[in-house]
Amino acid sequence: MQDSILGSDLQGFPVDDRPLPPRAGAGLKPAHVADILANRPAIGFFEVHAENYMGAGGMPHAQLHAIREHYPLSVHGVGMSIGGEAEIDREHLARFKAVVDIYQPAMVSEHLAWSTHDDVFFNDLLPLPYTDETLDRVVRHVDIVQNALGRQILIENPSTYVIFEQSNWEETQFMAEIARRSGCGLLFDVNNVFVSSTNNGTSPSDYIATYPLELVQEIHLAGHSVDSDDHGNPLLIDAHDRAVADDVWALYAMVLKRAGALPTLIEWDNDVPQWAVLEAETRRVESFLDACAGPVSPARAGHDQLVTS
Amino acid sequence: MTALSANGAFAGEFGAALLDPDVPVPDGIGGPVGAPAKKRYGVYRNNVVVGLMEVMRSAFPSLLALMGAENFDKVARNFIAVSPPKSPMMQHYGDGFADFLAGFRPLAKSPFLADVARAERAFLRSWHARDAVAATINEIAGMGEAALPELVFEPHPAAILITSKWPVADLFDRRNGDGDGEIDLGEAQCLLFTRPELSVIVQSLNAANAAFAGALLDGERLGDAAACGFDVDPEFDFASGLQTIFSSGAVRTTRPIAPHIP
Repeated sequence: MQDSILGSDLQGFPVDDRPLPPRAGAGLKPAHVADILANRPAIGFFEVHAENYMGAGGMPHAQLHAIREHYPLSVHGVGMSIGGEAEIDREHLARFKAVVDIYQPAMVSEHLAWSTHDDVFFNDLLPLPYTDETLDRVVRHVDIVQNALGRQILIENPSTYVIFEQSNWEETQFMAEIARRSGCGLLFDVNNVFVSSTNNGTSPSDYIATYPLELVQEIHLAGHSVDSDDHGNPLLIDAHDRAVADDVWALYAMVLKRAGALPTLIEWDNDVPQWAVLEAETRRVESFLDACAGPVSPARAGHDQLVTS
Repeated sequence: MTALSANGAFAGEFGAALLDPDVPVPDGIGGPVGAPAKKRYGVYRNNVVVGLMEVMRSAFPSLLALMGAENFDKVARNFIAVSPPKSPMMQHYGDGFADFLAGFRPLAKSPFLADVARAERAFLRSWHARDAVAATINEIAGMGEAALPELVFEPHPAAILITSKWPVADLFDRRNGDGDGEIDLGEAQCLLFTRPELSVIVQSLNAANAAFAGALLDGERLGDAAACGFDVDPEFDFASGLQTIFSSGAVRTTRPIAPHIP
């Protein structure tokens, strides 16, 4: 306890019900924080991995506090193992809740994936078969997390490299059913759609056409690397180490056309570039959002007031 | 069929082969044209191992510099295989690395590496420790000499002392990339890690100062802690030792404790 956020006396932010603005956001990297605080770029929001802020104090919290003073925040978990066989780790959930309670983020999200089994934490987002049994379990786990946090979370569609023979649900329907039964929202990762569809030999636009976009509250975009599988077929890897691919931008435009403007994050976690490069990617997102038909939503207007005040 | 299809269970078999390249790829997975899926499954293997190697490299930069990347990676791979993470809090991963190194036969000729690992853990623990305001020497400035020996100090949450019979300060310093000259392995050194604000302060202490600081951080009375310093070295500079404790931010508050009832 003493060496985690549960043993800290970090100052919390007041309860904040403002939604995430339908603008471009960026994944927060410690190396960029000084630059961001000095220049206050017009970024719609920042997103952090909850696990990086579960320590008791020090620089990570000082940086996140300063960012949260000036920008809306989204907290994205990578270690809850919602798709796992094991029950949700209550201590991890308590730490996660502490991060959410302190920083009062506008959005909280996790993954359709697992990482813990038999006490081992694999530190990766691992795939699960889509069956009635795994669906029941995922819904139960989402329920536990939402009840503990006292709020809705979003679940993100995965990038996958293998197909399970035993899967008898389409991923799109599986995601829809998780949301319908648990009441969670969805985080739509367009790069993951492109990566998984290519790897599975299916059509990403068909995936989008059958996806319950009305349940989506946030979008992720990222870069991927290209390899080939055991048969010489393309194998894309969700590397988060480069700019977003043209194919993915095209799919993003397709999603926005159907769903309207949504908060959209650029994820760049490896080979992290200078802030200016990441900021340029967010400006590209903004140009897509600006091209979206429809009036500016109240959420967006509210945010503009926030950053200019 | 395999365990992959039984009662929705899949993770045991899927996970078993992730950290061990000698375990065959699980059955029941493939690509659009079916099995084999060695390269596909290999993406997960690679993600897990490369991700954990990256955690180890960034947590132990001094060891990385001392051992060289190739040797460090070999040893870290061994550690990952026998001690995979048990918590999603990656800042704690590597807590057992010092003990692992101490018992790792191929490195028996470099027994000092375990102490470097301990020092690197101390640095990270200090970095992530609970925030607290450090006390200044002004807090005791007005006290009479008679009260001083009875004082007990509350350690600052980020203050950690590492004692060693090896030159752990010089070895730890290799993370800064300066100097690759000979390190005299015959010299014993101690390190005090403190973080009164946001940056970790790393100080090398001589043996007497370390004995004094260690006793204070363990909750000994100031008088008894000073005696620990003098036990190590009759020339122990008490005033300077006390100054170091306060200037580094090693204590958070002071409080007089009730005198002994005879």
